[in-house]
Amino acid sequence: MRALVKAGFIVVGGLALRRFLLPSGRQGPWQRAPLMRREPRWHVLTVNPARDELTPDSPLPEPLAGLGDAVDVQIRRAPADRGIELAVRLRDGAQSPVTAGARRLAGRDPNQAIRAALREAKQLLETGEVLHPDSPPTTQTTAVNKPLQMATRQGRREGRL
Amino acid sequence: MKALLWQGVNELSVDEVPDPTMRNEQDAIIRVRKTATCGSDLHLLGGYIPFMERGDVLGHEFLGEVVEVGPQVRKHKVGDRVVVCSFVSCGRCWYCQQQQYSLCDNGNTNPAITENIWGFAPGGCYGYSHALGGFAGSHAEYIRVPYADQGAFTVPDEVSDERALFASDAAPTGWMGADLGGVKAGDVVAVWGAGGVGQMAARAAVLLGAERVIIIDRFANRLQMAEKYLGVETLNYQTQDVGGELLERSGGRGPDVCIEAVGMESHSTGPQYLYDQVKQQLRLESDRPIAAREAIYHCRKGGSVFLLGVFANLVDKFPLGALMNKGLTLRGAQQHGHRYIPMLLDRMARGELVTEHLATHTMPLDEAPQGYNMFKNKIDGCVRAVFEPAR
Repeated sequence: MRALVKAGFIVVGGLALRRFLLPSGRQGPWQRAPLMRREPRWHVLTVNPARDELTPDSPLPEPLAGLGDAVDVQIRRAPADRGIELAVRLRDGAQSPVTAGARRLAGRDPNQAIRAALREAKQLLETGEVLHPDSPPTTQTTAVNKPLQMATRQGRREGRL
Repeated sequence: MKALLWQGVNELSVDEVPDPTMRNEQDAIIRVRKTATCGSDLHLLGGYIPFMERGDVLGHEFLGEVVEVGPQVRKHKVGDRVVVCSFVSCGRCWYCQQQQYSLCDNGNTNPAITENIWGFAPGGCYGYSHALGGFAGSHAEYIRVPYADQGAFTVPDEVSDERALFASDAAPTGWMGADLGGVKAGDVVAVWGAGGVGQMAARAAVLLGAERVIIIDRFANRLQMAEKYLGVETLNYQTQDVGGELLERSGGRGPDVCIEAVGMESHSTGPQYLYDQVKQQLRLESDRPIAAREAIYHCRKGGSVFLLGVFANLVDKFPLGALMNKGLTLRGAQQHGHRYIPMLLDRMARGELVTEHLATHTMPLDEAPQGYNMFKNKIDGCVRAVFEPAR
Protein backbone atom coordinates (compact mmCIF):
# COMPACT_ATOMS: atom_id res chain seq x y z
CA MET A 1 0.00 0.00 0.00
CA ARG A 2 2.85 2.36 0.94
CA ALA A 3 4.48 1.74 -2.46
CA LEU A 4 1.19 2.51 -4.19
CA VAL A 5 0.82 5.79 -2.32
CA LYS A 6 4.46 6.68 -3.11
CA ALA A 7 3.90 5.95 -6.79
CA GLY A 8 0.80 8.12 -6.70
CA PHE A 9 2.76 11.02 -5.20
CA ILE A 10 5.48 10.66 -7.85
CA VAL A 11 2.93 10.72 -10.68
CA VAL A 12 1.05 13.68 -9.23
CA GLY A 13 4.31 15.52 -8.50
CA GLY A 14 5.52 14.91 -12.04
CA LEU A 15 2.29 16.19 -13.53
CA ALA A 16 2.41 19.27 -11.29
CA LEU A 17 6.02 19.98 -12.31
CA ARG A 18 5.17 19.51 -15.97
CA ARG A 19 2.28 21.91 -15.63
CA PHE A 20 4.48 24.44 -13.88
CA LEU A 21 7.24 24.24 -16.46
CA LEU A 22 4.98 24.45 -19.47
CA PRO A 23 3.39 27.76 -20.42
CA SER A 24 0.30 28.38 -18.31
CA GLY A 25 -2.91 29.65 -19.71
CA ARG A 26 -5.75 28.48 -21.80
CA GLN A 27 -5.39 24.73 -21.62
CA GLY A 28 -7.17 22.75 -18.93
CA PRO A 29 -5.14 20.27 -16.87
CA TRP A 30 -6.15 17.37 -19.12
CA GLN A 31 -5.31 19.06 -22.41
CA ARG A 32 -1.97 19.08 -24.15
CA ALA A 33 -0.23 22.43 -23.85
CA PRO A 34 1.78 23.66 -26.83
CA LEU A 35 5.51 23.31 -26.22
CA MET A 36 6.35 26.66 -27.73
CA ARG A 37 4.20 29.67 -28.49
CA ARG A 38 5.10 31.85 -31.43
CA GLU A 39 4.68 35.05 -29.48
CA PRO A 40 4.04 36.03 -25.86
CA ARG A 41 0.43 35.56 -24.78
CA TRP A 42 -1.86 38.33 -23.63
CA HIS A 43 -2.71 38.43 -19.92
CA VAL A 44 -6.25 39.81 -19.73
CA LEU A 45 -8.65 40.71 -16.95
CA THR A 46 -11.79 42.79 -16.66
CA VAL A 47 -11.98 45.72 -14.29
CA ASN A 48 -15.11 47.30 -12.91
CA PRO A 49 -13.80 50.78 -12.05
CA ALA A 50 -15.57 52.77 -9.36
CA ARG A 51 -15.97 55.80 -11.62
CA ASP A 52 -14.84 56.62 -15.16
CA GLU A 53 -11.29 56.22 -13.93
CA LEU A 54 -10.29 54.03 -16.81
CA THR A 55 -11.22 54.49 -20.44
CA PRO A 56 -9.50 53.28 -23.59
CA ASP A 57 -7.81 56.71 -23.72
CA SER A 58 -6.72 56.88 -20.07
CA PRO A 59 -3.11 56.86 -18.95
CA LEU A 60 -2.16 53.47 -17.52
CA PRO A 61 -2.91 52.84 -13.85
CA GLU A 62 0.21 52.91 -11.68
CA PRO A 63 1.19 49.25 -11.28
CA LEU A 64 0.97 48.79 -15.05
CA ALA A 65 2.72 52.06 -15.86
CA GLY A 66 5.62 50.72 -13.80
CA LEU A 67 6.17 47.97 -16.36
CA GLY A 68 7.31 50.64 -18.80
CA ASP A 69 8.24 49.81 -22.38
CA ALA A 70 8.66 46.13 -21.69
CA VAL A 71 4.98 45.47 -22.37
CA ASP A 72 2.21 46.14 -24.85
CA VAL A 73 -1.07 47.22 -23.25
CA GLN A 74 -4.58 47.29 -24.68
CA ILE A 75 -7.58 48.81 -22.95
CA ARG A 76 -11.08 48.23 -24.33
CA ARG A 77 -14.67 48.31 -23.11
CA ALA A 78 -16.08 44.93 -22.13
CA PRO A 79 -19.44 43.94 -23.60
CA ALA A 80 -22.71 44.29 -21.68
CA ASP A 81 -21.46 46.85 -19.15
CA ARG A 82 -19.00 44.43 -17.63
CA GLY A 83 -16.38 47.12 -17.27
CA ILE A 84 -13.03 47.55 -18.98
CA GLU A 85 -10.79 44.80 -20.35
CA LEU A 86 -7.11 45.28 -19.59
CA ALA A 87 -4.70 43.23 -21.70
CA VAL A 88 -0.94 43.15 -21.23
CA ARG A 89 1.80 41.13 -22.91
CA LEU A 90 5.55 41.15 -23.10
CA ARG A 91 6.85 43.06 -26.05
CA ASP A 92 9.80 40.75 -26.68
CA GLY A 93 9.54 37.25 -28.11
CA ALA A 94 8.73 33.95 -26.51
CA GLN A 95 11.12 31.97 -24.32
CA SER A 96 11.71 28.25 -24.44
CA PRO A 97 9.65 26.33 -21.86
CA VAL A 98 12.80 25.36 -19.97
CA THR A 99 14.05 28.95 -19.73
CA ALA A 100 10.59 30.21 -18.82
CA GLY A 101 10.19 27.48 -16.15
CA ALA A 102 13.59 28.22 -14.62
CA ARG A 103 12.84 31.95 -14.46
CA ARG A 104 9.45 31.25 -12.86
CA LEU A 105 11.05 29.07 -10.22
CA ALA A 106 13.51 31.84 -9.47
CA GLY A 107 10.68 34.40 -9.33
CA ARG A 108 12.26 36.34 -12.23
CA ASP A 109 9.76 35.61 -14.99
CA PRO A 110 8.44 38.95 -16.32
CA ASN A 111 5.04 37.32 -16.78
CA GLN A 112 4.85 37.08 -12.99
CA ALA A 113 5.32 40.83 -12.72
CA ILE A 114 2.58 41.34 -15.32
CA ARG A 115 0.13 39.18 -13.37
CA ALA A 116 0.86 40.98 -10.11
CA ALA A 117 0.59 44.41 -11.76
CA LEU A 118 -2.72 43.51 -13.39
CA ARG A 119 -4.23 42.19 -10.17
CA GLU A 120 -3.03 45.20 -8.19
CA ALA A 121 -4.28 47.67 -10.80
CA LYS A 122 -7.69 46.00 -10.70
CA GLN A 123 -7.86 46.22 -6.91
CA LEU A 124 -6.80 49.86 -6.88
CA LEU A 125 -9.35 50.79 -9.51
CA GLU A 126 -12.18 48.86 -7.90
CA THR A 127 -11.57 49.27 -4.17
CA GLY A 128 -8.95 51.99 -3.82
CA GLU A 129 -6.29 49.79 -2.21
CA VAL A 130 -4.48 46.48 -2.55
CA LEU A 131 -5.66 43.88 -0.05
CA HIS A 132 -2.78 42.63 2.09
CA PRO A 133 -2.59 39.26 3.81
CA ASP A 134 -2.67 39.09 7.61
CA SER A 135 0.54 40.00 9.39
CA PRO A 136 2.29 39.00 11.55
CA PRO A 137 1.51 35.41 10.60
CA THR A 138 0.50 32.87 13.23
CA THR A 139 1.97 29.95 11.32
CA GLN A 140 5.25 28.10 11.77
CA THR A 141 7.49 26.92 8.96
CA THR A 142 7.80 23.15 8.81
CA ALA A 143 9.08 20.76 6.17
CA VAL A 144 5.48 20.02 5.20
CA ASN A 145 4.46 23.70 5.11
CA LYS A 146 7.36 24.91 3.02
CA PRO A 147 6.03 24.17 -0.48
CA LEU A 148 2.72 25.80 0.41
CA GLN A 149 4.48 28.86 1.82
CA MET A 150 6.52 29.12 -1.39
CA ALA A 151 3.31 28.90 -3.41
CA THR A 152 1.50 31.57 -1.39
CA ARG A 153 4.47 33.93 -1.63
CA GLN A 154 3.77 33.88 -5.37
CA GLY A 155 0.00 34.11 -4.77
CA ARG A 156 -0.65 37.08 -7.03
CA ARG A 157 2.23 36.44 -9.43
CA GLU A 158 1.03 33.01 -10.54
CA GLY A 159 -2.25 31.41 -11.59
CA ARG A 160 -3.98 31.24 -14.95
CA LEU A 161 -4.13 34.99 -15.54
CA MET B 1 -3.78 36.75 22.30
CA LYS B 2 -5.18 33.23 22.65
CA ALA B 3 -6.32 31.31 19.57
CA LEU B 4 -7.27 27.81 18.49
CA LEU B 5 -4.57 26.58 16.15
CA TRP B 6 -4.48 23.83 13.55
CA GLN B 7 -1.35 21.84 14.36
CA GLY B 8 -1.75 19.01 11.87
CA VAL B 9 -4.34 16.46 10.81
CA ASN B 10 -6.75 16.01 13.74
CA GLU B 11 -4.43 18.01 16.03
CA LEU B 12 -5.57 21.25 17.65
CA SER B 13 -4.18 23.42 20.43
CA VAL B 14 -4.97 26.69 22.16
CA ASP B 15 -1.86 28.86 22.19
CA GLU B 16 -0.63 32.44 22.25
CA VAL B 17 -0.23 34.14 18.85
CA PRO B 18 0.46 37.77 17.85
CA ASP B 19 -2.55 40.10 17.93
CA PRO B 20 -3.94 40.97 14.49
CA THR B 21 -2.93 44.32 13.03
CA MET B 22 -4.60 46.74 10.62
CA ARG B 23 -3.21 46.01 7.16
CA ASN B 24 -5.55 48.10 5.00
CA GLU B 25 -7.47 51.33 5.44
CA GLN B 26 -10.79 49.49 5.08
CA ASP B 27 -9.98 47.02 7.90
CA ALA B 28 -11.54 46.73 11.31
CA ILE B 29 -10.35 44.74 14.32
CA ILE B 30 -13.10 42.86 16.15
CA ARG B 31 -13.03 41.48 19.69
CA VAL B 32 -14.69 38.09 19.24
CA ARG B 33 -17.61 37.44 21.61
CA LYS B 34 -18.86 34.18 20.14
CA THR B 35 -17.42 31.90 17.47
CA ALA B 36 -19.00 28.68 16.24
CA THR B 37 -17.71 25.42 14.86
CA CYS B 38 -18.98 24.56 11.38
CA GLY B 39 -19.14 21.19 9.66
CA SER B 40 -16.86 22.53 6.93
CA ASP B 41 -14.12 23.07 9.56
CA LEU B 42 -13.98 19.31 9.93
CA HIS B 43 -12.68 18.99 6.37
CA LEU B 44 -9.73 21.19 7.37
CA LEU B 45 -9.24 19.35 10.63
CA GLY B 46 -9.23 15.99 8.86
CA GLY B 47 -6.72 17.11 6.24
CA TYR B 48 -9.12 16.83 3.32
CA ILE B 49 -8.28 20.36 2.18
CA PRO B 50 -4.48 20.24 1.94
CA PHE B 51 -3.74 23.95 2.14
CA MET B 52 -3.36 24.39 5.90
CA GLU B 53 -0.16 25.33 7.69
CA ARG B 54 0.78 24.50 11.25
CA GLY B 55 -0.37 27.44 13.35
CA ASP B 56 -3.34 28.51 11.22
CA VAL B 57 -6.23 29.90 13.29
CA LEU B 58 -9.53 28.13 12.57
CA GLY B 59 -13.07 29.54 12.63
CA HIS B 60 -15.25 31.55 10.22
CA GLU B 61 -18.61 32.00 11.95
CA PHE B 62 -18.49 34.77 14.53
CA LEU B 63 -19.88 37.83 16.22
CA GLY B 64 -18.09 40.50 18.22
CA GLU B 65 -17.42 44.09 19.04
CA VAL B 66 -15.49 46.61 16.95
CA VAL B 67 -12.34 47.77 18.75
CA GLU B 68 -10.48 49.53 15.93
CA VAL B 69 -11.40 50.86 12.50
CA GLY B 70 -9.31 52.02 9.56
CA PRO B 71 -9.63 55.55 8.15
CA GLN B 72 -11.72 54.34 5.19
CA VAL B 73 -14.33 52.53 7.33
CA ARG B 74 -17.54 54.58 7.20
CA LYS B 75 -20.34 52.37 8.52
CA HIS B 76 -18.82 51.16 11.78
CA LYS B 77 -17.29 52.70 14.87
CA VAL B 78 -15.57 51.39 17.96
CA GLY B 79 -18.08 49.65 20.22
CA ASP B 80 -20.47 48.46 17.49
CA ARG B 81 -21.80 44.93 17.97
CA VAL B 82 -21.39 43.24 14.61
CA VAL B 83 -21.86 39.89 12.97
CA VAL B 84 -19.39 39.25 10.16
CA CYS B 85 -20.01 37.30 6.97
CA SER B 86 -17.59 34.39 6.73
CA PHE B 87 -16.54 35.41 3.20
CA VAL B 88 -14.18 38.29 2.49
CA SER B 89 -15.66 40.29 -0.39
CA CYS B 90 -14.87 43.77 -1.69
CA GLY B 91 -18.44 44.73 -2.59
CA ARG B 92 -17.32 46.56 -5.73
CA CYS B 93 -16.08 44.09 -8.33
CA TRP B 94 -18.50 42.85 -11.00
CA TYR B 95 -19.33 39.67 -9.07
CA CYS B 96 -20.09 41.54 -5.85
CA GLN B 97 -22.28 43.94 -7.82
CA GLN B 98 -24.19 40.93 -9.15
CA GLN B 99 -24.65 39.93 -5.46
CA GLN B 100 -22.45 36.87 -5.96
CA TYR B 101 -20.26 37.93 -3.09
CA SER B 102 -18.41 34.67 -2.49
CA LEU B 103 -17.09 34.94 -6.05
CA CYS B 104 -15.41 38.26 -5.29
CA ASP B 105 -12.42 38.99 -7.53
CA ASN B 106 -10.50 40.87 -4.83
CA GLY B 107 -11.06 39.05 -1.52
CA ASN B 108 -8.50 36.28 -1.93
CA THR B 109 -4.83 37.19 -1.50
CA ASN B 110 -3.71 33.83 -2.95
CA PRO B 111 -5.68 33.51 -6.18
CA ALA B 112 -3.10 31.30 -7.91
CA ILE B 113 -3.96 28.16 -5.92
CA THR B 114 -7.66 28.05 -6.70
CA GLU B 115 -7.21 29.35 -10.24
CA ASN B 116 -5.08 26.32 -10.96
CA ILE B 117 -7.41 23.85 -9.22
CA TRP B 118 -10.83 25.24 -10.15
CA GLY B 119 -10.15 27.48 -13.14
CA PHE B 120 -10.94 30.74 -11.33
CA ALA B 121 -10.51 31.96 -7.76
CA PRO B 122 -13.46 32.65 -5.44
CA GLY B 123 -13.21 35.27 -2.67
CA GLY B 124 -11.46 34.75 0.64
CA CYS B 125 -12.80 33.12 3.78
CA TYR B 126 -11.68 33.52 7.38
CA GLY B 127 -9.81 30.54 8.82
CA TYR B 128 -10.36 28.45 5.73
CA SER B 129 -6.88 27.56 4.48
CA HIS B 130 -4.39 29.35 2.29
CA ALA B 131 -6.40 28.42 -0.78
CA LEU B 132 -9.03 30.93 0.36
CA GLY B 133 -6.67 33.74 1.30
CA GLY B 134 -4.95 32.44 4.43
CA PHE B 135 -6.87 34.88 6.66
CA ALA B 136 -6.67 34.09 10.37
CA GLY B 137 -9.89 32.61 11.72
CA SER B 138 -12.29 33.66 14.44
CA HIS B 139 -11.47 31.11 17.14
CA ALA B 140 -9.37 33.78 18.79
CA GLU B 141 -9.74 36.80 21.04
CA TYR B 142 -9.41 39.24 18.13
CA ILE B 143 -9.72 39.07 14.36
CA ARG B 144 -8.91 41.40 11.48
CA VAL B 145 -11.87 42.07 9.16
CA PRO B 146 -10.90 43.43 5.71
CA TYR B 147 -13.51 45.47 3.77
CA ALA B 148 -15.30 45.99 7.10
CA ASP B 149 -18.02 48.20 5.61
CA GLN B 150 -18.97 45.35 3.29
CA GLY B 151 -18.65 42.30 5.53
CA ALA B 152 -19.58 43.45 9.05
CA PHE B 153 -23.24 44.05 9.92
CA THR B 154 -24.49 45.88 12.99
CA VAL B 155 -26.74 43.62 15.07
CA PRO B 156 -30.10 45.14 16.05
CA ASP B 157 -30.52 45.57 19.82
CA GLU B 158 -33.44 43.15 19.94
CA VAL B 159 -31.38 40.24 18.55
CA SER B 160 -29.27 38.38 21.12
CA ASP B 161 -25.67 37.32 20.53
CA GLU B 162 -26.80 33.71 20.65
CA ARG B 163 -29.23 34.21 17.77
CA ALA B 164 -27.21 36.68 15.67
CA LEU B 165 -24.09 34.48 15.70
CA PHE B 166 -25.55 32.19 13.05
CA ALA B 167 -26.29 35.12 10.73
CA SER B 168 -22.56 34.94 10.00
CA ASP B 169 -22.66 31.69 8.03
CA ALA B 170 -25.22 28.95 8.74
CA ALA B 171 -28.33 31.09 8.20
CA PRO B 172 -27.24 32.90 5.01
CA THR B 173 -25.79 29.70 3.57
CA GLY B 174 -29.03 27.85 4.19
CA TRP B 175 -31.12 30.72 2.88
CA MET B 176 -29.05 30.88 -0.28
CA GLY B 177 -29.65 27.17 -0.95
CA ALA B 178 -33.41 27.64 -0.82
CA ASP B 179 -33.37 30.95 -2.68
CA LEU B 180 -31.02 30.04 -5.53
CA GLY B 181 -32.43 26.51 -5.59
CA GLY B 182 -35.63 28.25 -6.66
CA VAL B 183 -37.98 27.26 -3.83
CA LYS B 184 -41.44 28.71 -4.39
CA ALA B 185 -44.94 28.41 -2.96
CA GLY B 186 -46.31 24.88 -3.18
CA ASP B 187 -42.97 23.14 -3.64
CA VAL B 188 -41.89 19.95 -1.95
CA VAL B 189 -38.34 20.44 -0.72
CA ALA B 190 -35.93 17.77 0.54
CA VAL B 191 -32.82 18.72 2.49
CA TRP B 192 -29.97 16.25 3.04
CA GLY B 193 -28.22 16.95 6.37
CA ALA B 194 -29.76 18.28 9.59
CA GLY B 195 -26.70 20.14 10.84
CA GLY B 196 -26.73 23.91 11.24
CA VAL B 197 -26.74 24.72 7.52
CA GLY B 198 -29.29 22.03 6.63
CA GLN B 199 -31.65 23.22 9.37
CA MET B 200 -31.34 26.81 8.17
CA ALA B 201 -32.00 25.73 4.57
CA ALA B 202 -35.10 23.86 5.69
CA ARG B 203 -36.38 26.86 7.64
CA ALA B 204 -35.71 29.12 4.67
CA ALA B 205 -37.74 26.79 2.45
CA VAL B 206 -40.65 27.04 4.90
CA LEU B 207 -40.44 30.84 4.97
CA LEU B 208 -40.27 30.97 1.17
CA GLY B 209 -43.61 29.16 1.00
CA ALA B 210 -42.77 25.50 0.40
CA GLU B 211 -45.73 23.19 0.93
CA ARG B 212 -43.71 20.39 2.51
CA VAL B 213 -40.12 20.40 3.71
CA ILE B 214 -38.44 17.11 4.56
CA ILE B 215 -35.04 16.98 6.23
CA ILE B 216 -32.94 13.81 6.08
CA ASP B 217 -30.27 12.68 8.55
CA ARG B 218 -29.26 9.73 10.70
CA PHE B 219 -29.11 11.43 14.11
CA ALA B 220 -32.40 11.29 16.00
CA ASN B 221 -31.58 14.32 18.16
CA ARG B 222 -31.02 16.51 15.10
CA LEU B 223 -34.23 15.33 13.49
CA GLN B 224 -36.18 15.99 16.69
CA MET B 225 -34.63 19.45 16.81
CA ALA B 226 -35.74 20.14 13.23
CA GLU B 227 -39.30 19.07 13.99
CA LYS B 228 -39.44 21.15 17.16
CA TYR B 229 -37.79 24.40 16.04
CA LEU B 230 -38.32 24.50 12.28
CA GLY B 231 -41.71 22.92 11.79
CA VAL B 232 -40.53 20.50 9.11
CA GLU B 233 -40.92 16.79 8.44
CA THR B 234 -38.04 14.38 8.96
CA LEU B 235 -36.57 11.17 7.55
CA ASN B 236 -33.98 8.96 9.22
CA TYR B 237 -32.09 7.27 6.41
CA GLN B 238 -30.86 4.50 8.69
CA THR B 239 -34.35 3.36 9.61
CA GLN B 240 -36.54 4.57 6.73
CA ASP B 241 -36.66 4.08 2.97
CA VAL B 242 -35.71 7.55 1.75
CA GLY B 243 -36.76 7.00 -1.88
CA GLY B 244 -40.10 5.44 -1.00
CA GLU B 245 -40.92 8.10 1.58
CA LEU B 246 -40.02 10.97 -0.75
CA LEU B 247 -42.24 9.52 -3.49
CA GLU B 248 -45.08 9.02 -1.04
CA ARG B 249 -44.80 12.53 0.38
CA SER B 250 -44.59 14.23 -3.03
CA GLY B 251 -47.49 12.58 -4.82
CA GLY B 252 -45.11 10.29 -6.71
CA ARG B 253 -43.41 13.25 -8.42
CA GLY B 254 -40.30 13.55 -6.28
CA PRO B 255 -39.15 16.73 -4.52
CA ASP B 256 -39.15 19.89 -6.63
CA VAL B 257 -36.01 21.20 -4.96
CA CYS B 258 -33.30 19.05 -3.37
CA ILE B 259 -30.74 20.77 -1.17
CA GLU B 260 -27.54 18.97 -0.26
CA ALA B 261 -26.09 20.26 3.03
CA VAL B 262 -23.59 17.53 3.81
CA GLY B 263 -20.48 17.96 1.68
CA MET B 264 -17.36 15.95 1.07
CA GLU B 265 -17.52 13.61 4.08
CA SER B 266 -20.95 12.10 3.51
CA HIS B 267 -22.07 8.98 5.30
CA SER B 268 -24.60 6.40 4.19
CA THR B 269 -25.74 2.87 4.71
CA GLY B 270 -24.75 0.23 2.21
CA PRO B 271 -21.65 -0.61 0.20
CA GLN B 272 -21.25 2.77 -1.49
CA TYR B 273 -20.05 4.23 1.81
CA LEU B 274 -17.22 1.70 2.00
CA TYR B 275 -16.43 2.26 -1.69
CA ASP B 276 -16.16 6.03 -1.27
CA GLN B 277 -14.18 5.75 1.96
CA VAL B 278 -11.58 3.53 0.31
CA LYS B 279 -11.29 5.78 -2.73
CA GLN B 280 -11.03 8.91 -0.59
CA GLN B 281 -8.38 7.45 1.73
CA LEU B 282 -6.33 6.35 -1.29
CA ARG B 283 -6.73 9.85 -2.72
CA LEU B 284 -8.39 8.41 -5.81
CA GLU B 285 -11.21 10.87 -5.20
CA SER B 286 -11.00 13.87 -2.90
CA ASP B 287 -14.66 13.96 -1.82
CA ARG B 288 -17.41 11.49 -0.90
CA PRO B 289 -20.48 12.80 -2.75
CA ILE B 290 -23.05 10.32 -1.44
CA ALA B 291 -25.74 12.83 -0.49
CA ALA B 292 -25.26 14.69 -3.78
CA ARG B 293 -25.80 11.46 -5.73
CA GLU B 294 -28.98 10.78 -3.75
CA ALA B 295 -30.30 14.30 -4.22
CA ILE B 296 -29.86 14.00 -8.00
CA TYR B 297 -31.44 10.56 -8.08
CA HIS B 298 -34.51 11.44 -6.03
CA CYS B 299 -35.17 14.90 -7.49
CA ARG B 300 -38.25 15.17 -9.69
CA LYS B 301 -37.92 15.50 -13.49
CA GLY B 302 -37.03 19.09 -14.32
CA GLY B 303 -36.31 19.84 -10.68
CA SER B 304 -33.48 21.70 -9.03
CA VAL B 305 -30.55 20.45 -6.95
CA PHE B 306 -28.45 22.85 -4.92
CA LEU B 307 -25.12 21.88 -3.36
CA LEU B 308 -24.48 23.73 -0.09
CA GLY B 309 -22.06 21.23 1.42
CA VAL B 310 -18.40 22.04 0.83
CA PHE B 311 -16.61 20.02 -1.84
CA ALA B 312 -12.90 20.32 -2.54
CA ASN B 313 -12.21 18.85 -5.93
CA LEU B 314 -12.93 15.51 -7.63
CA VAL B 315 -15.66 12.94 -7.07
CA ASP B 316 -16.37 9.53 -8.52
CA LYS B 317 -19.55 7.88 -9.83
CA PHE B 318 -21.31 11.15 -10.38
CA PRO B 319 -24.75 10.53 -11.94
CA LEU B 320 -24.51 12.76 -15.00
CA GLY B 321 -26.96 10.46 -16.79
CA ALA B 322 -29.72 11.18 -14.28
CA LEU B 323 -28.87 14.86 -14.30
CA MET B 324 -29.04 15.14 -18.07
CA ASN B 325 -31.93 12.82 -18.84
CA LYS B 326 -34.18 14.22 -16.11
CA GLY B 327 -33.46 17.78 -17.19
CA LEU B 328 -32.26 18.87 -13.77
CA THR B 329 -30.74 22.19 -12.83
CA LEU B 330 -27.65 21.74 -10.66
CA ARG B 331 -26.19 24.69 -8.81
CA GLY B 332 -23.85 25.23 -5.91
CA ALA B 333 -22.03 28.07 -4.21
CA GLN B 334 -20.20 29.20 -1.18
CA GLN B 335 -22.45 31.63 0.61
CA HIS B 336 -23.28 35.05 -0.80
CA GLY B 337 -24.00 36.18 2.76
CA HIS B 338 -23.74 39.93 2.21
CA ARG B 339 -26.87 39.60 0.10
CA TYR B 340 -28.95 38.04 2.86
CA ILE B 341 -27.59 39.02 6.28
CA PRO B 342 -29.52 42.32 6.76
CA MET B 343 -32.79 40.56 5.82
CA LEU B 344 -31.97 37.63 8.11
CA LEU B 345 -31.23 39.92 11.05
CA ASP B 346 -34.65 41.54 10.50
CA ARG B 347 -36.30 38.12 10.49
CA MET B 348 -34.37 37.20 13.63
CA ALA B 349 -35.60 40.40 15.29
CA ARG B 350 -39.19 39.48 14.37
CA GLY B 351 -38.77 35.95 15.71
CA GLU B 352 -39.31 34.29 12.33
CA LEU B 353 -35.86 32.78 12.34
CA VAL B 354 -34.53 31.22 15.53
CA THR B 355 -31.07 29.75 15.71
CA GLU B 356 -30.09 29.53 19.39
CA HIS B 357 -30.92 25.84 19.58
CA LEU B 358 -28.02 25.08 17.22
CA ALA B 359 -25.53 26.07 19.92
CA THR B 360 -25.85 22.89 21.94
CA HIS B 361 -22.52 23.33 23.73
CA THR B 362 -21.06 26.70 24.73
CA MET B 363 -17.63 26.85 26.37
CA PRO B 364 -14.52 28.99 26.87
CA LEU B 365 -11.99 29.13 24.03
CA ASP B 366 -9.53 27.19 26.23
CA GLU B 367 -11.78 24.17 25.83
CA ALA B 368 -12.06 24.43 22.05
CA PRO B 369 -10.09 21.24 21.28
CA GLN B 370 -12.55 19.28 23.42
CA GLY B 371 -15.39 21.18 21.75
CA TYR B 372 -14.17 20.09 18.32
CA ASN B 373 -13.90 16.51 19.54
CA MET B 374 -17.53 16.64 20.71
CA PHE B 375 -18.62 18.28 17.47
CA LYS B 376 -16.76 15.91 15.19
CA ASN B 377 -17.87 12.76 16.99
CA LYS B 378 -21.40 14.03 17.79
CA ILE B 379 -20.79 13.40 21.48
CA ASP B 380 -23.65 14.34 23.81
CA GLY B 381 -25.81 15.35 20.86
CA CYS B 382 -23.48 18.17 19.84
CA VAL B 383 -24.83 20.09 16.85
CA ARG B 384 -22.59 23.15 17.14
CA ALA B 385 -19.95 23.96 19.75
CA VAL B 386 -19.66 27.70 20.42
CA PHE B 387 -16.59 29.29 22.01
CA GLU B 388 -16.49 32.48 24.08
CA PRO B 389 -12.92 33.84 24.11
CA ALA B 390 -13.62 36.33 26.90
CA ARG B 391 -14.97 33.69 29.29
